[in-house]
Amino acid sequence: MHGVIDPAIAGALAPAEAPHGPLLSVRDLTVEFSTRKGIVQAVKNVDLTVAKGETVGIVGESGSGKSVTSYTVMRILDRAGRIAEGSIVFSGLDLAYAPERQMRDLRGREMSMIFQNPRAALNPIRKVGHQIGDVLLHHLQAQPSNVKEKVIDILNQVRIARPEERYHAYPFELSGGMCQRIVIALALACRPQLMIADEPTTGLDVTTQKAVMDLVTELTRARGMSTILITHDLGLAATYCDTVMVMEKGRVVETAPAERIFRDPQHPYTRKLMRATPRPGITLRDLLPEGEAPAAPAEGAAVRAAEGAGTPLLKVENLVKEYPRQGAPVAMLAALFGKAPPKEDGIFRAVDGLSFEVKKGESVGLVGESGCGKSTTSTIVMRLIDASSGKITFDGADIGAIPAKEFAHHPIRKRIQMVFQDPTESLNPRYTASRAIADPLLRMAGMSGGAKLRAKVEELAAMVGLPGDLLDRFPHQLSGGQKARVGIARAIALNPDLVILDEPTAALDVSVQAVVLNLLEELKQTLGMSYLFVSHDLHVVKLLCDRVIVMRHGRMVEEGASDQVLEAPKDAYTRELIAAIPHPPV
Amino acid sequence: MTLANPADAPRPASGLAATLRHAHYVISDNPVTGLAFGMFLILVVSALIGPFVVPYDPLASNTAMALSPPSTAHWFGTDQLGRDIFSRVIVATGLDMGIAICSVALVFAAGGIAGIASGFFGGWTDRIIGRISDTIMAFPLFVLAMGIVAALGNTVTNIVIATAIINFPLYVRVARSEAAIRRQAGFVQAARLTGNGEWRILLTQILPNIMPIMMVQMSLTMGYAILNAAGLSFIGLGVRPPTPEWGIMVAEGATYIISGEWWIALFPGLALMFAVFCFNLLGDGLRDIVDPQRRT
Repeated sequence: MHGVIDPAIAGALAPAEAPHGPLLSVRDLTVEFSTRKGIVQAVKNVDLTVAKGETVGIVGESGSGKSVTSYTVMRILDRAGRIAEGSIVFSGLDLAYAPERQMRDLRGREMSMIFQNPRAALNPIRKVGHQIGDVLLHHLQAQPSNVKEKVIDILNQVRIARPEERYHAYPFELSGGMCQRIVIALALACRPQLMIADEPTTGLDVTTQKAVMDLVTELTRARGMSTILITHDLGLAATYCDTVMVMEKGRVVETAPAERIFRDPQHPYTRKLMRATPRPGITLRDLLPEGEAPAAPAEGAAVRAAEGAGTPLLKVENLVKEYPRQGAPVAMLAALFGKAPPKEDGIFRAVDGLSFEVKKGESVGLVGESGCGKSTTSTIVMRLIDASSGKITFDGADIGAIPAKEFAHHPIRKRIQMVFQDPTESLNPRYTASRAIADPLLRMAGMSGGAKLRAKVEELAAMVGLPGDLLDRFPHQLSGGQKARVGIARAIALNPDLVILDEPTAALDVSVQAVVLNLLEELKQTLGMSYLFVSHDLHVVKLLCDRVIVMRHGRMVEEGASDQVLEAPKDAYTRELIAAIPHPPV
Repeated sequence: MTLANPADAPRPASGLAATLRHAHYVISDNPVTGLAFGMFLILVVSALIGPFVVPYDPLASNTAMALSPPSTAHWFGTDQLGRDIFSRVIVATGLDMGIAICSVALVFAAGGIAGIASGFFGGWTDRIIGRISDTIMAFPLFVLAMGIVAALGNTVTNIVIATAIINFPLYVRVARSEAAIRRQAGFVQAARLTGNGEWRILLTQILPNIMPIMMVQMSLTMGYAILNAAGLSFIGLGVRPPTPEWGIMVAEGATYIISGEWWIALFPGLALMFAVFCFNLLGDGLRDIVDPQRRT
């Protein structure tokens, strides 16, 4: 390992790149973090070149070092991290050893960054107009006398309607997409030469994602800016980047022009990632790496044919969930957002007269963007909250009539289970994996501790492919995919008839998602369960579901067989949804 | 403790050995925590073993030796009745720590549960518990403690109760806010699905998760409880002379400071400071030990 080089000497030794070279040139960069387990190299010998006006995509799964690379370029690593080796030359300046004072001057003016969560990147108690103004004033791009004018001009450029009003808005008054536009406005305020976008659209709806990405592309093109787009989504990188760099475990595995990398991927890891990305015209098996045989069903678990397949298991009729509006300010805000005015004053209908059916052994997808009422619906069906009106029939029993509070002790409880969206949040941080899986067995199957319980937990772990030696670990010691498996094992522990999958793969990497989706399909075959799959991603839903229901504003806009809905959507909104999903050109 | 897999050295197993290893890591990682645990150990040893090893009987007076300054025979000197201050300071540790531990345990049970219930259930439960703690907060706390002891009777038990009552709102507030954050957490929902009743969720899902912050709170209020007990004794409530107790000893010594016998009040005062300081430092270290996220 190389020792720390004296910054002054290193700065002098760094090859002074001619200003007409690439805008950013990273050579042989290695970044180390000192942790409890010793020194960890998060980024190893990375080379990266960004030409003027170019958009470079850095693609990789979590832990690939893609964010660390960009943080290093901005020199905003946290204290445990340091540059062990390599040079970062940005328009002739060696940033690797530049003093902090110089970096502070460069950040915002010459290079800027868009973060993942736009709401967290904005100061919640300061008007957005003032926040943009602060940047302009700090970098002397505006005078106090004309700052407001300039800010409104910038807001116009990021297509915020009625910028004079929005100038005075606080971040919480704006939607997620709107906040991301403000963050983009902040990043572009001083006309930087390089913009780093770190997962700028994760957590946004697909239609919003498209609008935001189109805006970024257009603005950077108009100004001749260079962009580094960091993403886990190959489709997004393919659609918006000139060059794509694929990273795995801190190393660059492949760098190539965007169309070539998708047409002819060289590295096995790139191929694996490409295969795992859901896209039109494939089946679940296609997601797994070539030659990887799907895991055989767990031994001893006889294939339980879904008895009486085709008969309705769950029937939802005219479901309505109303929430009181929080008084006048909310109504005013709704008007500001251009939402339809509430039908009855003071009442907001999250679910508005929804009816559907899930048959035995069938998988139904519930698709829509955030706020469409899909999660509310699944929570009501789950009997965690009560509906305002409507009927829910489960296998002949009217479960809608049982109050949610009493349902915990009802015998039907164990027949409806759920896999949650965020595997981390849905596991008690103080329970080990085996304790989490054992919980339903202890509470509802009448089992008490001991060897029998342990055997059952191990059997369940084997079914979901969780290695037995991980059972004594706490959630934070498990990877995302392993936590997802624990969540699934817990849900199937009681042999439920209906499992509600609430975006079970949204927080997972694509390759893990591929494995988890296949696992879910296998379990469904083995155990003869029905799935109600709640998701925003039509491609993922199509892979797992027989039928799809598309929701908007609490209502169903389209229903039909998944292939049919995806290939020949009848409703304009469904078409818009499908068109907004970026996918690699396969 | 399972040792099925010894090759996997930093095995994240549960069990006593793992906890001890983790405690060792936390203590060696942060020297201040190590210092706090060292101080705590001294307090525990003097509380448990002190009464049997002190050189003099803490109650035996020896008027011939009255008011003698610190010397090799009497390390901390003697008081107006010739009692050995060192022996009295050591013996008093047990009583002061006992009062503090009992009151903290009491208030943790009452205030912690009330706070969690308040944050978890919300609604009327929250309103009633919230108003009760507001009422307590409305009084100057030390005066309230004086009032309670005066009204209930001048006993050690009542000091414990009074100290618990004045700390009640602190526990309610901390527990309430922590429980409210987790009320809709995924793992709580999951526990509902697996058939746990609300009270079971409260005790088995929420409570263990807010233990780290409660540990810090307990450690901080331990110091406060010791001060409070000593304060009550200082003004003549609660423990009565000639029982060795830091507060009384400071009170008795205070009258002699003007005439130059500084050691009578100084050493029990230092002991008091030592204990309070120890518990304040201990809080952070305790949280790190109890928090599973720190174990890797």
